Amino acid sequence: MARHVLERLDATMRHAIVESGSHVGDEIVVARREHLLELLEHVRDDPALDFKMLTDLTVVDYLGQVPRFEVVYQLYSLGHKHRLRVKVRVDEEPAECWVPSATGLWKAANWAEREAWDLYGVRFEGHPDLRRILMYDEFVGFPLRKDYPQNGRQPLVRRPDAPSTDDQTTRLLERSHDRRISG
Amino acid sequence: MAENFVPTVLQDAINWAQKYSLFTYPFATACCAMEFMATMGGRYDIARFGAEFPRFSPRQADLLIVIGTITERQAPVLRRVYDQMIDPKWVMAFGVCASTGGFYQNYTVTPGADQVIPVDVYVPGCPPRPEQVLDGLMALQRRIQDHRGHVQREIGATATVTLRDRRHLPILQDGTSMTLEPHERMPKDGRVR
Amino acid sequence: MTVEPVDLRRRQAGELPLSPSLQAFADEAERLPTEEVIVNMGPSHPAMHGTVRVVLRIDGETIRDADVQIGYLHRGFEKECENATYHQIFPYVDRLNYVSPMLNNVGFAMAVEKLLGIGERIPQRAEYIRVIVGELARVCDHVTCVVASLAELGGFTAFFYGIRAREHLWELLEDVSGARLTHSYCRVGGVAWDLTADFIPKCRRKIAEVRKLVTDVRRLVERNRIFLDRMEGVGVLSAEDAISYGITGPCLRACGVAYDVRKDKTYSVYDHFDFDVPIADGGDNLARYLVRIEEIEQSFRIVEQALVQIPPGPVIVDDPTIALPAKREVYNSIEGMIAHFKHIVDGLVVPPGEAYSFTEAGNGELGFYIVSDGTGRPYKCRCRPPCFYTTAALRQMIVGANIADVVPIFGSINMIGGECDR
Repeated sequence: MARHVLERLDATMRHAIVESGSHVGDEIVVARREHLLELLEHVRDDPALDFKMLTDLTVVDYLGQVPRFEVVYQLYSLGHKHRLRVKVRVDEEPAECWVPSATGLWKAANWAEREAWDLYGVRFEGHPDLRRILMYDEFVGFPLRKDYPQNGRQPLVRRPDAPSTDDQTTRLLERSHDRRISG
Repeated sequence: MAENFVPTVLQDAINWAQKYSLFTYPFATACCAMEFMATMGGRYDIARFGAEFPRFSPRQADLLIVIGTITERQAPVLRRVYDQMIDPKWVMAFGVCASTGGFYQNYTVTPGADQVIPVDVYVPGCPPRPEQVLDGLMALQRRIQDHRGHVQREIGATATVTLRDRRHLPILQDGTSMTLEPHERMPKDGRVR
Repeated sequence: MTVEPVDLRRRQAGELPLSPSLQAFADEAERLPTEEVIVNMGPSHPAMHGTVRVVLRIDGETIRDADVQIGYLHRGFEKECENATYHQIFPYVDRLNYVSPMLNNVGFAMAVEKLLGIGERIPQRAEYIRVIVGELARVCDHVTCVVASLAELGGFTAFFYGIRAREHLWELLEDVSGARLTHSYCRVGGVAWDLTADFIPKCRRKIAEVRKLVTDVRRLVERNRIFLDRMEGVGVLSAEDAISYGITGPCLRACGVAYDVRKDKTYSVYDHFDFDVPIADGGDNLARYLVRIEEIEQSFRIVEQALVQIPPGPVIVDDPTIALPAKREVYNSIEGMIAHFKHIVDGLVVPPGEAYSFTEAGNGELGFYIVSDGTGRPYKCRCRPPCFYTTAALRQMIVGANIADVVPIFGSINMIGGECDR
């Protein structure tokens, strides 16, 4: 639907692209990580492309494939009204599980990258403040990875089945649970 | 000692006054807050039951309405707010997420507010209709009159006796009473709590 | 000694010189030692929009720095979706932007339809029903946002009028879908069932009632000095910043940028209607309020045209591999029962691939990025939440403002916890 975007990128940024194509009307470009920022800056600043808005940034976990993670950028141009999806694959090894941060290009990347780090564990080098955003700081692990159990709760507050302390609310809680069962 | 006190006319009168003048603390988190707004509105009018005055300070409220999903991140906050409330206090779990976790069974949702605080009335529904909420409120009012709320049973007779008995207990015990130690937090097998 | 009337606005803006004694006092105050204090707002707070925590570093009443912390309503939408069939995801999607659930339903259904490639096969009646119910949901969203902000400013009367208006619309939506708030009315390929027999005249009556109530709310506040002082010039966001933050919807249109998905990349039957996209300039709270109020009127325009144009016909695509069979067939024929069984157990089988589909929701461009692995459950179902990116800009909007401005600004960006945190 916006073939001219792919053609323009093929003409100017071929060294940065692994493959490109269309699927159900969406233009997709798979980029090389070492040229990713260059590509993103080019698509933002080139007047024919003019992708001034980063609408979304997310990660897909292809557990079992190598490389495992795919960082996906959805871009939109307000001027030309065309869209592009830029993807880059990274491996799960901690030394390799990173991409350069796009916070210098779009302010939207700030929180979106924090969320990707929080839920998938992909680091964004150069991010000014990479910390958890949706989960709490005491959480261990990356919940949206396919190997994290769906029910893997990490509670913060004492529950009735946890070791009891001399705390009146906990005693009240235990008693309320007993009453719930016995009526 | 508190469970088998003799109900007096004075205690009945105090309970009658308390049940018809509940100051609510709407601990609103999610979609059920929309239905709470509707219950407060003119059509379903919670003010008929005396409970129209939301006090957004736990020190001034006696009915904590847990409206919506409680996530693991929100649970310590809920616990702290409950601990800050002064006796006598009651809790209504508004919605099925606050009652049992709803249809969210995952790493982040606490399966019910009653995992962290004692709940007196559960109003299931996703979200519950305002008529259901008012039915729950009336059930709570019956409980208050019968002196069967969780906190009421503990404190027994009138509030003046309570304060004298429990003045030595601190309300908050930071670091020891509420939060788990780091080694207690990560479940080894990720099983449902 | 004559006393001249003082222009209070200019005095407050600091444009008038102070009297000598007051000037001396101000100079003395500048030299006093002060400390910046860290104050926490939330996550349990009276502001009715979403559960968020803002940690403020303040100097007196002025905010020097803020840390907006979200995630208190993170309910694991994506993780749940990975283990649910496409039919089962509709209730989860309802609870994203829970003030306008129908728009989320439509957005998700369109994303699955894009992957299936059945965009053209959806019956016209279903498209019209989606538009009508979606626009009514948009009105609910804007009315709730506006009157909740007014309640936070202290205008409780407007709040109760707005709740009454919303009750009218919820009655309509309950007739059609069975639930007041979380409808789950959309299905992949159409909608679940047809409108009720008296929907069209009832809808016209309700629209008239809601218009009256919204007009009353406007009359209460739009010439009110307190309202204007607290909303005008407060929470300013420039158009360049809004675009850089990825903000869409009323917040972007209030900065003067004319981007509405319904016009720029028309979907469904929006090109059959004559409606405008309101834009304001200023990028402040008042601009966002005015854009929302005007969008309510435009939504009613769309609904009235749709009520006239809606054709008769089926309300879901006629394909047993996509639509659940009618109950009559399920109970009376073996093919119906087997089709039903396969839908419920295996789910709606979608060919492998990925798609990003976007619609105009109450807060802006609501996108769904679905990756399918060829089974009846999505491999990944990501919701692109419009108010996540708007809330990211909150810090910039409140730094430099007063503490009292935090609540009106937060109210005007319409951060819905279910959508922002998912």
